[in-house]
Amino acid sequence: MIVIILRGAMDGLDAVQPYGDPNYAGLRSSLVGGPQHGSLDLNGFFSMHPALAPLAPMWTAGELGFAHAVSTPYRDKRSHFDGQDLLEAGTDTLQGGVRDGWLNRMLQEVSGVTADTAYAIGLGDLPILRGKAPVANWTPEASLSLSPQAERLLGMISESDPAMHAALAEAALLSAVDAPAMSGAPARDAQQARKSGKHLKIAEFAARRLREDARVASFSLNGWDTHRGQQRGLKSALGELADTLVHLKQELTAPVWAKTAVVAMTEFGRTARENGTKGTDHGTGGLMVMAGGAIRGGKVYGDWPGLDAQDLYAGRDLMPTRDVRAHAAWIMQAMTGLDRPTLERVIFPGLEMGDNPGIVL
Amino acid sequence: MRPFDPEFAEMRFGCGLSPVIAPTASVDAMLQGVAAPDAIAVRFPIATFDTFRTRVAESNALRRMVRGNKGTPEGDAAETQRRALKRQTQIDALHWFGQSMMRRAHTQTGFHERLVYFWADHFAARGKAELLQRATSPYIEDGIRPFVGGRFADLLISAVTHPVMLSFLDQDQSMGERSKRAVNQGKAGGLNENLAREVLELHTLGVGGPYVQDDVRELAELFTGLSFTPEKGRVFLKNYVEPGAETVLGKTYEDAQTIEPVHAVLEDLALHPATARHLSRKLAVHFVSDTPDPALIDHMTARYVETGGDLMQVYGALLEHPAAWTREGANIKPPVEFVGSAIRALAVDPAILAELPDKRLRKAVLMPLAVMGQAWQAFSGPDGWPEADDAWLTPQGLSGRVRWAMSGPRILCPDLPDPRTFVDTALGASAPETVRFAAKAAESKAEAIGLVLMSPAFQRC
Repeated sequence: MIVIILRGAMDGLDAVQPYGDPNYAGLRSSLVGGPQHGSLDLNGFFSMHPALAPLAPMWTAGELGFAHAVSTPYRDKRSHFDGQDLLEAGTDTLQGGVRDGWLNRMLQEVSGVTADTAYAIGLGDLPILRGKAPVANWTPEASLSLSPQAERLLGMISESDPAMHAALAEAALLSAVDAPAMSGAPARDAQQARKSGKHLKIAEFAARRLREDARVASFSLNGWDTHRGQQRGLKSALGELADTLVHLKQELTAPVWAKTAVVAMTEFGRTARENGTKGTDHGTGGLMVMAGGAIRGGKVYGDWPGLDAQDLYAGRDLMPTRDVRAHAAWIMQAMTGLDRPTLERVIFPGLEMGDNPGIVL
Repeated sequence: MRPFDPEFAEMRFGCGLSPVIAPTASVDAMLQGVAAPDAIAVRFPIATFDTFRTRVAESNALRRMVRGNKGTPEGDAAETQRRALKRQTQIDALHWFGQSMMRRAHTQTGFHERLVYFWADHFAARGKAELLQRATSPYIEDGIRPFVGGRFADLLISAVTHPVMLSFLDQDQSMGERSKRAVNQGKAGGLNENLAREVLELHTLGVGGPYVQDDVRELAELFTGLSFTPEKGRVFLKNYVEPGAETVLGKTYEDAQTIEPVHAVLEDLALHPATARHLSRKLAVHFVSDTPDPALIDHMTARYVETGGDLMQVYGALLEHPAAWTREGANIKPPVEFVGSAIRALAVDPAILAELPDKRLRKAVLMPLAVMGQAWQAFSGPDGWPEADDAWLTPQGLSGRVRWAMSGPRILCPDLPDPRTFVDTALGASAPETVRFAAKAAESKAEAIGLVLMSPAFQRC
């Protein structure tokens, strides 16, 4: 299972556009959507932003799905800081002084978790994996590249300190995985060299660990806070997301991809109406992206609330019709076999899971 | 008891050894350094919050102007000004980071600097919105630093009522459910327990302390009214106050509609024996070992209780106890201390740091700290940074240290010292033979310096 946190609040209405909703076109002026504007039709009602085009084969293959009009229980204050904290804590409120994240609480509930089972990848903090269960951290920025002489000497001076010595040895191993070029792997082809973005390195590292003993990985993708000039900003953020998913599929290889569920979640959605600077502001109901061979894709899950003025939350945002945690909980239930009471009380305290949407095959 | 070892004292309780500043000569001198006038803060100034808040007020005023004049030249001009102010604040915050490092590098009173770090972490707080996000250094400068050599009660009151803490733990949002404002507006007042809970759990009694949920709630009700504005700093909002007396840990505090009961309850919490033990233990863990001798904690706790939480006395009890000087089980330095002590051992010239372009400073020091696991002032919650060594001894963390040790010094110190001398500078007379050998055998100066910095003798003390 891979959880991607989309930090900054993705505009779900532009990523998966409800062009079949009669009120949609009136809310957006520069941010037009729908197949007539180059988007990819999904089901006659929704279309997918052109920047997600690399994912079209996944959609067709039933390996890509969306849940629309979802949100955490967070309401009204629309702060990234609190919104992300709540998304990753997986609780109803932040009042109780939550110190761990829901993905870590899941690890605490399943058996056989070792230091290698879960990876928090990337430079930023990942509160979703914070907690008592062991989690390995790694970022491509930490890759070691020492001269053989320095590596030998470092081994020698650190020998007197077993804990340090062990961590350094592990770092050398991870670095070798992380930088296959250094361990003698053939040079990458030109297309891959071009796509040497950080997100791809992260995806590649995640895939390599998941092909071995790791079962859970999480990382963040930034750049979703599109208050102005959303056309440009969202295009690059969605492009990164699409490339990340494509890269994950490729690097995981078919047998592992077949068992994998990727979920990408964001702290909240954005305003239904475009603002005065060709962007959108912080909203409520948003979009969750799901991919992987384990996903029953080709489908947009969720009850559509409509975009009529009276259907909007607080007259401005897409009305959330389901708790995003419910989808995550049902996926987790299918992937791990954890029972409903554990999911509703321990992992997502206070959650009412509701009916099974059947997202996992 | 073995004789006082100034080099070891500087490594364990100070900011590390320096080629240009002699180690402090005695325990008395270390303690005097905490009480003495703060010379290093004068030499490398950082804005106080009291100064900082005026720019928050200015930014808010500009924001209002932008809102009220959308699409007009006045509105656009205000927006440009607001952005410039934000940008300038980012630059200043980076500069304050540099100043913090320079204080570590050039202080004569390293123990004082370490205590400021310790208490700033104990009362970890950062603002949540806009410019306040950059207010952590200013918060430490006037909320923590002036109080680390006094009574714990005064430090506690300063930190808990500080605007940055009120913002961080939502106290400024907390309103009594039967407060005048809640009743008059017909709204359900939103009591927020965040600060009250952390004061009991983290700042005073400790998580195993003798309090229950009712104490948290009563303390939260007692705290109602604590607030701030960027224009005035701390304010007390009477119309937010939950009416009636509150009982915390069995003691009743009368309804006063002033800040007096808040001060009274914090004084009482500061003097509580559970607080004495919690803080003594935390200090011992921070400075000595993850598993300090219980006799050391008992000794410090007793002194704390006897002196009513006089911190100088507690530090004295720490330093005079033989168990504070055992070498077994020594702590690994957190990344900020590692980098700080490396900069000190390299005697990095303040002029070079000042002239380093912002981008380069970020890349040379700030980013590496994040890879090592301690992004500057970006602790994950009000519990601050972990004390346990294994939080830092991760593959990624150590890898980050190696990368920085090999490449960071030459950016900050273009004229790297001779590695053979640097072994003595950084590790003192007790430098292990293997490290001396490695410093000679390395292929380049930069690698040799890196190896010395990565040696367990430098990393642990």
